[in-house]
Amino acid sequence: MLSKKNKEALFNPLSKDNPVLVQILGICSTLAVTVSLEPAIVMGISVIAVLAFSNVIISFIRNTIPTTIRIIVQLVVVAALVIVVQQFLVAFDYEVSKQLSVFIGLIITNCILMGRLEAFALNNKPWPSFLDGIGNGLGYMIILVIVAFFRELLGSGTVLGFQVIPQWCYEHGYENNGLMILPPMALITVACIIWVHRARNKELQEA
Amino acid sequence: MEELNLFVKSIFIDNMIFAYFLGMCSFLAVSKNVKTALGLGAAVTFMLAVTMPINYLLDRYVLQAGALSWLSPSLASVDLSFLGLIMFIAVIASATQLVEMIVEKFSPSLYASLGIFLPLIAVNCAILGGALFMQQKDFGSAMTATVYGLGSGIGWLLAVVGLAAIREKIAYSNVPAPLRGVGITFIITGLMGIAFMSFLGIKL
Repeated sequence: MLSKKNKEALFNPLSKDNPVLVQILGICSTLAVTVSLEPAIVMGISVIAVLAFSNVIISFIRNTIPTTIRIIVQLVVVAALVIVVQQFLVAFDYEVSKQLSVFIGLIITNCILMGRLEAFALNNKPWPSFLDGIGNGLGYMIILVIVAFFRELLGSGTVLGFQVIPQWCYEHGYENNGLMILPPMALITVACIIWVHRARNKELQEA
Repeated sequence: MEELNLFVKSIFIDNMIFAYFLGMCSFLAVSKNVKTALGLGAAVTFMLAVTMPINYLLDRYVLQAGALSWLSPSLASVDLSFLGLIMFIAVIASATQLVEMIVEKFSPSLYASLGIFLPLIAVNCAILGGALFMQQKDFGSAMTATVYGLGSGIGWLLAVVGLAAIREKIAYSNVPAPLRGVGITFIITGLMGIAFMSFLGIKL
C-alpha cells in the first residue's frame, strides 16, 4: 500500500517539494482567496478533491490518450470535475461559493493541476497518482491556510470569524492593519513564507 | 464614452495582475527579460481580445437561462449555464490552437519569437478569468466585451513588462540568499500592486 516511492509521492509535496513554495504553481488562487480563513479552507479541499480524482482518471486512460491532443483531454477531465465541485458548493455552502466567485472555476487553469497531470499522472499507475494528488493538494492547502490565518488575524483581528484580539487592546489604541486585507499584502506574505522556508532548507536557495 | 471608461478602468484599476492575481504563473515565469515579456504580453492581449466576444456570444445565445429561445419558443426553459466553464475552456483551447496555426503560416518570424508561449496561453488563468468576469459583469454588447478583453490584456502586458524591467536591474543587487529569485519577485510585485492601488480613487 505505502511503499517508499508512494510515501515520497504523498509526503514530499508537503514541504521539500511544495507546489506553491518550490514548484511555484497555483499562485493566482493562493493569493486571491486568502483574505480570510474559511474560503481558503474550502478552496484547499476543492483543489485536493479535483487534483486527486483528475490524477486517477488521467492515470487510468494514460495509455489511450494520443499525445497530440492530451492537453485538451486533460482540460476536459478537469473541467468536468470542477463543474461537479462548483455545483456541490452552490448547493451546500452558498455564502462561501459567492465569496470565492470566479476562483472555483479557475481551478481548471490552476497550474498545479496541469503540472501534476503532465509530470506525474501520465507516467504512473492510478494508486501512486492518487497519493500524489492528495499530497500536492495538501501542500497547497497548508500554504493557503498559513497565509489566510495571518491575513485574517492581522487584517480583521479574527480567526474563522471569531474575535481573537480582545476588546481592551482596541481600547488602548490597537488598530487592525487594513493593508493586510488588500491584494498586494498577499504577495508579500507569501514572500515571507518563502524566505523562512528557504532559510531552513538551504538546498532550495538560488545562486 | 462608456467603452472608453471601461477600457481605462480595466487597464489600471481592475488590473488582471494587481487586483485579481490572474495569470500569475506565466507572469512569474517569463518576466526574466523584457523581450520575452513583451512577446507573451502581446499574445495574451490578442487572445483576450479574440476569445472575449466569442465567449460573450456563446454565453448570450446558448448558455444563459432561456438563451435558446431564439431557436424555438419551446426551448425557453432550458438553462445550460452549468456548462459555462467547459464551453469557455474549449473555446479558449481551440482558439489558441487556431491562432498558433495562423501565425505559423503567415508570420514565421513572430511564430519563432512566441513559439513556446502560444500553447501555454490556453492554461493562462487571465484568459479564462476574463471570460468569467465578463459573465459576472453582464455586458450590454459584444463590442463592450471586446473592449474589456483588450483593456485587461493591455493591463497584463503593462504589468509583465514593468516587472521584467525591474528584474533585469535587480540582477545586480545583493539580495539576501533565501529571497533570491522567486521571493524578491513576489515582493516587487506586491510593491507594484501598492503603486497601482493609487488609481483606485479615480472616478471615471
